[in-house]
Amino acid sequence: MSLVVTRAIALRVLWQIRRDPRTIALLLIVPVVLLALLKWVFAGEPSVFLSIGVPLCGLFPFIVMFLITSIAMLRERTTGTLERLMTLPMSRLDLLVGYAIAFGVLATIQATIVCTVGFVALGLDAAHGVWLVGLLAIGNALLGMALGLAASAFARTEFQAVQFMPALIFPQLLLCGIFIERAKMSTALYWLSWALPLTYAYDALARATGPAPLGAWFAVDVLVTAAGTIAALALGAATLKRRTA
Amino acid sequence: MNGRPAIAVSELTVVRGGRAVLNGLTLDVEPGHVTGLLGPSGCGKSTLMRAIVGVQIVASGAVTVLGEPAGSASLRRRVGYVTQAPSVYGDLSIEENLRFFASVVGADERRIAELIDTVGLAGLEGRVAGSLSGGQRSRVSLATALLGRPAVLVLDEPTVGLDPVLRAELWRDFHELAAAGTTLLISSHVMEEAAECDEVILMRDGAVLRQTTPDGLRAETGEQDLSRAFLALIEHESA
Repeated sequence: MSLVVTRAIALRVLWQIRRDPRTIALLLIVPVVLLALLKWVFAGEPSVFLSIGVPLCGLFPFIVMFLITSIAMLRERTTGTLERLMTLPMSRLDLLVGYAIAFGVLATIQATIVCTVGFVALGLDAAHGVWLVGLLAIGNALLGMALGLAASAFARTEFQAVQFMPALIFPQLLLCGIFIERAKMSTALYWLSWALPLTYAYDALARATGPAPLGAWFAVDVLVTAAGTIAALALGAATLKRRTA
Repeated sequence: MNGRPAIAVSELTVVRGGRAVLNGLTLDVEPGHVTGLLGPSGCGKSTLMRAIVGVQIVASGAVTVLGEPAGSASLRRRVGYVTQAPSVYGDLSIEENLRFFASVVGADERRIAELIDTVGLAGLEGRVAGSLSGGQRSRVSLATALLGRPAVLVLDEPTVGLDPVLRAELWRDFHELAAAGTTLLISSHVMEEAAECDEVILMRDGAVLRQTTPDGLRAETGEQDLSRAFLALIEHESA
């Protein structure tokens, strides 16, 4: 792995996004608008907004980074730039880490804005601090990015890539416990939810929000989310083949 | 030639979609020459080039570049490859594209400016690649491959869609590179371009029809026009 090459890749990805101000605006503004809309929708039941608003701050970056990364990597695959990179002195790790740094930077900016608006303007509160929520948001963004990289290998077109979002992300959102407590789900769904990385990501956010001490389960949540990220990155690396048919 | 060929392909078979695209193909490319790889579209030129740069899954056979198996890590600094479709980032400017690839191969700023000039894009440095014409984009793609001064250049149809003046300039540049010791393998489906090469490899249906020189081809077929010469060769072979 080469630091120079990794840095070049991270800067290049950021440069590409900089060329697309509309995407940047969507990235930064949409989560905030959705959060405000949520508060408005639950104006009659403010406790609902308070309990799901904080975890949502930490999940927006996950969802958005999944989408953006899968499209960005798909483009790299379909325009021939990936093939060119594979003939150059660049390791696959350079590429993956470069992408992770670039999208990590974006996720940090996004999480900062959504948390600032949520906690300052919309009255959200987390017992264990907004900083912890922000850090978890960045970690979740990296999980989304890693899943997006891996998913891009299974899409031939951008149409297919965007469909992976409802296919892979929505079920995880439904089962993670944000809509209904997992203990109240049917046994099959409850056990299935244990196998999905977003369950742990959400649980960590919920624990950061609530008044109870973080406890050992919080550590388990963070470790499993990190392990999920690394497993997805490894899967992504396995799909970056130097030789193709 | 001084013994070892720059590129040696032996008994290469590549199967794509259940069909043998290359069928036991064998050829040598001499170092420091401009070798043209000519043949109709779909005859396997691009597949052969992909095998030479080591990104093609091959069924059997051996490909050696500069004495090492194709695709070896040590070759990645010494082999430059330009794909047929320009592989540059459409949302980056010409300069940003070159700067990115320059940091990957370790080329400096001066080299970037020099190459923008070589491929005739001076003054357009700040233009976003996606807004360029097809010919301009393929020249950006060519410039990126030249950044690291590779010893072997594999160029897939680099002159397609270029105006005649620029094409002539590029061929002159290719010969200058060859004079400096670079080995160039350049594909084209336009037979006239064979006249620009030191050596030509004629391909048809995944096999080498003939490896010769433009003059050799003219002498063998008695045709001055290289397109006719190629046709004459095919007719002769199938007769």
